[in-house]
Amino acid sequence: MSATYFLVRLLRVLVTVWAAATLVFVALRMSGDPLAALLPADLPQEIIDTYRVRLGLDRSLWGQYLSYMGALVQGDFGYSFRTNGPALDLVMERLGATLILTASALGVAILVGVPAGLLAAVHRNRLPDRAVMSLAVFGFAMPNFFFGILLILLFTLTLQWLPSGGFAGPLHLIMPALTLGLASAGAYARLTRSALLEVLAAPFMETVRAKGMPPGRRIFVHGLRAILVPLVTLLGFSIGALIAGAIVTETVFSWPGIGLLLVISVAERDLAVVQLIVILSAATMATTNALVDLALGWLDPRIGSARRSAG
Amino acid sequence: MRRARVWVPLALLVAVIAFAVFGPLLTVHAYDASSLLERNRPPVFAGGDWDHPLGTDRLGRDLLARMVVATRISIGLALIGTVIGMILGTVLGLLAARGAGAVDWITLALIDLQAAIPFMIVALATVAIFGSSLALFVAILGVYGWESYARLVRNSALSARTLPFVDAARAMGVGPMTIDRRHVLPTVANVIIVQATLNFPQTILLESGLSFLGLGIQPPLTSLGQLLGEGRDSLGRAWWLAVMPGAVIFVTTLSVSLLGDALRDRLDPTLARDP
Repeated sequence: MSATYFLVRLLRVLVTVWAAATLVFVALRMSGDPLAALLPADLPQEIIDTYRVRLGLDRSLWGQYLSYMGALVQGDFGYSFRTNGPALDLVMERLGATLILTASALGVAILVGVPAGLLAAVHRNRLPDRAVMSLAVFGFAMPNFFFGILLILLFTLTLQWLPSGGFAGPLHLIMPALTLGLASAGAYARLTRSALLEVLAAPFMETVRAKGMPPGRRIFVHGLRAILVPLVTLLGFSIGALIAGAIVTETVFSWPGIGLLLVISVAERDLAVVQLIVILSAATMATTNALVDLALGWLDPRIGSARRSAG
Repeated sequence: MRRARVWVPLALLVAVIAFAVFGPLLTVHAYDASSLLERNRPPVFAGGDWDHPLGTDRLGRDLLARMVVATRISIGLALIGTVIGMILGTVLGLLAARGAGAVDWITLALIDLQAAIPFMIVALATVAIFGSSLALFVAILGVYGWESYARLVRNSALSARTLPFVDAARAMGVGPMTIDRRHVLPTVANVIIVQATLNFPQTILLESGLSFLGLGIQPPLTSLGQLLGEGRDSLGRAWWLAVMPGAVIFVTTLSVSLLGDALRDRLDPTLARDP
């Protein structure tokens, strides 16, 4: 992994974040006077003018853009109109809850999806395969807000085993993590199945079989190694689905994370917070994709060298 | 077994569409007429009467009438959104494939950008900045998914352009518009249709997700996601208020997905999932 490749990837992350920040700026100015969106309509003109100067809106568009970008670079993401505190503080105090939820959900997706895919591939076209593939289609079609509500109905209201919302202990994590994780498990199962079937049909597996290696070992030693590359690729794709799913899941279970904060902030048009969350999710996705690329180059040197020579 | 793969989801989808089209015949109540004396009535299967077969909500509005309107709006919006995205993506994909430098570059850059932020976040930020309105909501649903059509159409059109008969047409002086319409579009039509069956369920899920969050369809209009969101508040007292709209969403997305899978295997064997 050369240093230039690393730097190029870092630059791409920065360009993506810059593009997201610029888009928010352009959209805010396209919506008309940003103050009209930010302030209540019945304020006296003097107060509106004071805000205009304070927010720098009396300057040229280009001047506004430069000071906006300058503030972002210095870590100044503006103030929440709802709480009067810095937007960054609001998001940071909820970051932990969202990281715990998404990490557990990713764990559920992989721990359920990959074994299910292996099972389906090994029993191809028989009952376990059909069952796993049908469940994967169900998972794709099931809205996660509905699935979460069904879980609440069963485990909170009927069986009274689990708390329905909030975050006060490990029990509170179970239903949100299942809701968010099982939504992606189907994709992992499908990919694992088709990747393993492809490996099992590869010519080198013929040699391995001829050497007399038992089927279980063949799958674990050669099969799993070969499906790592598609799995890591899917990991990159599923981060976006995880972020989007967390918004709905956190709302269903009143999970005190960034997703719930986003929904509240959009409803109240608390734009500084919304803008920060847009930039943060672009940065998360770009960083994850860069890490996935680096991991792929390390797992499979052919990919790394092909990308390097392509630019 | 192979036939059941088509007939079962087809029957389910026809049932949902029939419910949306002929639903008003089943009830005499208006979907937005509240009645203080008839609040929180249970449905027939939970001890209610036939005047309100599916019961009423906490404002005394007839749930059957609300379900019919919600199903119409959810499916209608998802259809409109899918068609807009299909046209937008196909046109941009065709233009990009003509190799007119700037259009191709811009389209590819937009595809990259769309992949850089989850669409749910883009949709929510748009609602936050511009305020929620029906026109904006339709535009959001329409833009959703355009990039998958654009990418598919661009790639298929690029390879279609190298076919000998397309080359021959160009040599005879046929213009790029006519070539796209008569020769390229027919070869990519299957891919577009299959993509639409993938896109439609996801558009329903986006619509109902946003409406569930209270940031999509606004009252007094209603949609399946919005009904589900309302029903969530009285889950302990009347589970059916949330479960019935949720079940209609699930049956619709599931049947279209299953039909799409079957259609894909028939129209485009190269896309079949098994290697």
